Amino acid sequence: MDLQYKIIVGLEIHVHLATRTKIFCGCELAYGDTANTHTCPVCLGMPGSLPVMNKKALEYSILTGLALNCKIAPFTKWDRKSYYYPDLPKNYQISQYDLPFSEHGYIEIPLADGTTKKIRITRAHLEEDAGKNTHTLGNFSAIDLNRAGTPLLEIVTEPDMNSAEEVGALARELQRIVRYLGVSEADMQKGHMRFEPNINLHITRDGQIFKTPISEVKNLNSFRAVERSIAYEARRQYQEFVETGKTMQMGNKATYGWDDDNQMTVLQREKEEAHDYRYFPDPDLVPVKVDADWLGEIKSRLCELPSQMQQRFVSEYGLSNYDAGVLTADRATAGFFDKTVKLGATVKRVCNLLTQTGLKLAKEKGVPVDQLNITDEALADLAKMADVGDVSASAATTIFEMMAESGENPKKIAEEKNLIQKSDSGEIETLIDQVIAENPKAVEDAKNNPKKAKKSAGFLMGQVMQKSKGQANPKVVSQILNKKLNA
Amino acid sequence: MDTAKQLRDKIAAGEVQSVDAVQAVFDRIEKIEPNIGAYLSLCKEQALEKAKQVDAKIASGESVGALAGVPVGVKDNMCTDFVATTCGSKMLEKFNAPYNAHVVEKLRAADAVIVGKCNLDEFAMGSSTENSALKQTVNPWDTTRVPGGSSGGSAAAVAAGLCSVSLGSDTGGSIRQPASFCGVVGLKPTYGRVSRYGLVAYGSSLDQIGPLARNVTDAALTLNVIAGHDERDSTSISEADAPLKDYLTDLESPIEGLKIAVVPALNDAADAAVRAATQAALEIYQSLGAEIIEIEMPHFDYAISTYYVIATAEASGNLARYDGVHYGHRSPDAENYVEVYSKSRSEAFGTEVKRRIMLGTYALSSGYYDAYYLKALKVRNLIRQDFTNAFKQADCLMLPVSPTTAFKIGEKTDDPLQMYLADVYTIAVNLAGVPGISVPCGFDEKNLPIGLQIVSEPFSEDKLLRIARMYEKETDWHTKKPPL
Repeated sequence: MDLQYKIIVGLEIHVHLATRTKIFCGCELAYGDTANTHTCPVCLGMPGSLPVMNKKALEYSILTGLALNCKIAPFTKWDRKSYYYPDLPKNYQISQYDLPFSEHGYIEIPLADGTTKKIRITRAHLEEDAGKNTHTLGNFSAIDLNRAGTPLLEIVTEPDMNSAEEVGALARELQRIVRYLGVSEADMQKGHMRFEPNINLHITRDGQIFKTPISEVKNLNSFRAVERSIAYEARRQYQEFVETGKTMQMGNKATYGWDDDNQMTVLQREKEEAHDYRYFPDPDLVPVKVDADWLGEIKSRLCELPSQMQQRFVSEYGLSNYDAGVLTADRATAGFFDKTVKLGATVKRVCNLLTQTGLKLAKEKGVPVDQLNITDEALADLAKMADVGDVSASAATTIFEMMAESGENPKKIAEEKNLIQKSDSGEIETLIDQVIAENPKAVEDAKNNPKKAKKSAGFLMGQVMQKSKGQANPKVVSQILNKKLNA
Repeated sequence: MDTAKQLRDKIAAGEVQSVDAVQAVFDRIEKIEPNIGAYLSLCKEQALEKAKQVDAKIASGESVGALAGVPVGVKDNMCTDFVATTCGSKMLEKFNAPYNAHVVEKLRAADAVIVGKCNLDEFAMGSSTENSALKQTVNPWDTTRVPGGSSGGSAAAVAAGLCSVSLGSDTGGSIRQPASFCGVVGLKPTYGRVSRYGLVAYGSSLDQIGPLARNVTDAALTLNVIAGHDERDSTSISEADAPLKDYLTDLESPIEGLKIAVVPALNDAADAAVRAATQAALEIYQSLGAEIIEIEMPHFDYAISTYYVIATAEASGNLARYDGVHYGHRSPDAENYVEVYSKSRSEAFGTEVKRRIMLGTYALSSGYYDAYYLKALKVRNLIRQDFTNAFKQADCLMLPVSPTTAFKIGEKTDDPLQMYLADVYTIAVNLAGVPGISVPCGFDEKNLPIGLQIVSEPFSEDKLLRIARMYEKETDWHTKKPPL
């Protein structure tokens, strides 16, 4: 590519909220259950049925809006968005049009170089999801309305992202945020998060900037697909511009899908259809006033956000940005780490125990790391035992695993399993003296043969450890042995 | 024939068996219904079964509900899980709802016996019940004339003695106008007083369920049963905001120092007989010590235009769900899903329903929204303000229900605009959300009933019913029976 260009991307993100029930009826949310078993007259759009707002869904949305630094509207309402589609039983979707519950926020996304970038949020509104059409029955299509009425948070960003990596970073950061807030499982495989990037290029030619037509890629449900579709679109649009010189015009925004098998975008609609959704206020629902008391109550549930926590772990605990990132990937790990460290264990030790052993165990058991049967106090005790040398680092790992099995405290396990290190220098000195007496050749080499000194010292060290049945603190052994050999 | 209240008290006291009363109604239905066409469906078996249960309850000394054993008709736009809910439309001709409307649950809990589902203009759109795709209901007072609408079946059934009371729904006058045409009492409660859950929506911000009855007492009795908060309807008022009352308690006490507002400018639209009957009714109130004050309601004239924008806009959304995909009529000729929509809807909706869907769709379309829908909302507020001002000066407003008495079948079907204009007196009440009642106040020269409309402030149904009852006690219009 010869011409200079800049990628411009804005995102529309749909997030399923993890409420117990649907947004306008009492049906439970359920993924992957038998089709149409979580439905009622309301979410089936039966004649005479009426929606009733799930307060929790709005609270979850407001909480997210607050975390995204949005202004929360004191007055918000519901609108009907009309379009005909078989998965939409009422043929209108209850959504929010001109008075969304929140607007004008921003999200700070982490960049590869360790800095952050602010991406503006245009608005966030709440709506109901549609059902699902499937076309696997030959001549017939089938409709599953289990998903119809799932609370869906739609977040729209400004076109502030300039690379596939930035969009990926935003997507991941948003996933981390909604999980921290506990408002969504944000499980990509279950379709809890869907992305629709709007992409175009600003190409500089002969000192002039040309804007390529915008492509909207629909319904992306993996981070990889988001990143790759943007990279693909950038190449495709560049090529198209070079070949045709086509630039952005009113109405020439095209819609694409992502073909994951062939790793390419596929044109769905050439020109933006003049959709007329005939929005109007839903007379079945009353407008919602979000007063100061309610907002305050929701605000009090706001937690420290992952990016803030990550930064704090770096500045307060001196962790590397990488380690801080791993520890703050989910709220359970971050909180568990934070509490354990505050109980007086050393940062590096707790970090290692958690990232190397804890997360592995948690993944195996499919639970968060703070639900491994191990309290923060117990973990702090274990870390402290390792810190002072009562147990070796490898023993600490073994003890961690056993704690997760039995729920016992680390000291008891260490004693029962003979994992306590002996650090008594008198006892150790006696063993060393025995070994020195039994191995004169090795002692000689260690002292006077530069070629064999290191190996011989290692041999003597091993002999001492063997004599102690592995229970001597290697640090103490090596200290005393070195002193004696250098004497 | 007993009123609902009398019948209920006799049944509860064991003087009359509900089974006998219900059987008598079905005997009468067998004889008269073929000439009236009030019902789209009858549930004789279930009704007699229910009546037996009520009789058994009473025999065993159990307490029974406020409508124990009383035969009741239900407009066929209220969902029932035991008989079809058709809305008078080919679209839902074979539709069986999987649940009961809130009011149906309430009726059953009050031990009422549901006799059948009453005919209506398709999806409650109309003023004569001529828009029903399934049946023609006639006026029991003159079977060449319409019963009014859209609750024409509910009004005709009560007038012809085919049930004791019935439920109707009123979006622009659909309870009051047929009540007036058929010489019965019809009450449209305040918007939010009765749950709309299970009422098939026409204009959601206007629709309200209410009773049609032979007298004011029966209307009060029925309102007692169906009123109250329902958490399934977000627009249903909480009892903290508008406490429920026993509408029978003070019904016999007249309102002391009653002040009645009238709007002289509105009278011109009415026929001479209607004007005379209204004037005579006012004179009776005066003789009871009421004071009449003349007021202006400057925005009343805009009510019809405003209504036909708002109601049709809401209807265009509400009726979008009838698409042949999930239930209701599906065209056998559809080749693809777009045709499932277009053919099913073209085939199964009647002309008036199509007209209103088109009107509403147009009013909401991009580029027209501000000029129509948004402006209509603004005018609606002004109309509401007119009523608020009126109730600052008076206890109630009195005016005709309809400018004419019942018209001939077919007389206005070619001129929808004329039909729309006939709702001039009732529509503003729905736009304002206030309660209104129609009570019989005389007959014209053709012996056709005339109704007097009384309107009061929101959630003052108790007062409204007492004002109506004051008049009823002084007159015998409500005791007149059609010549069947």
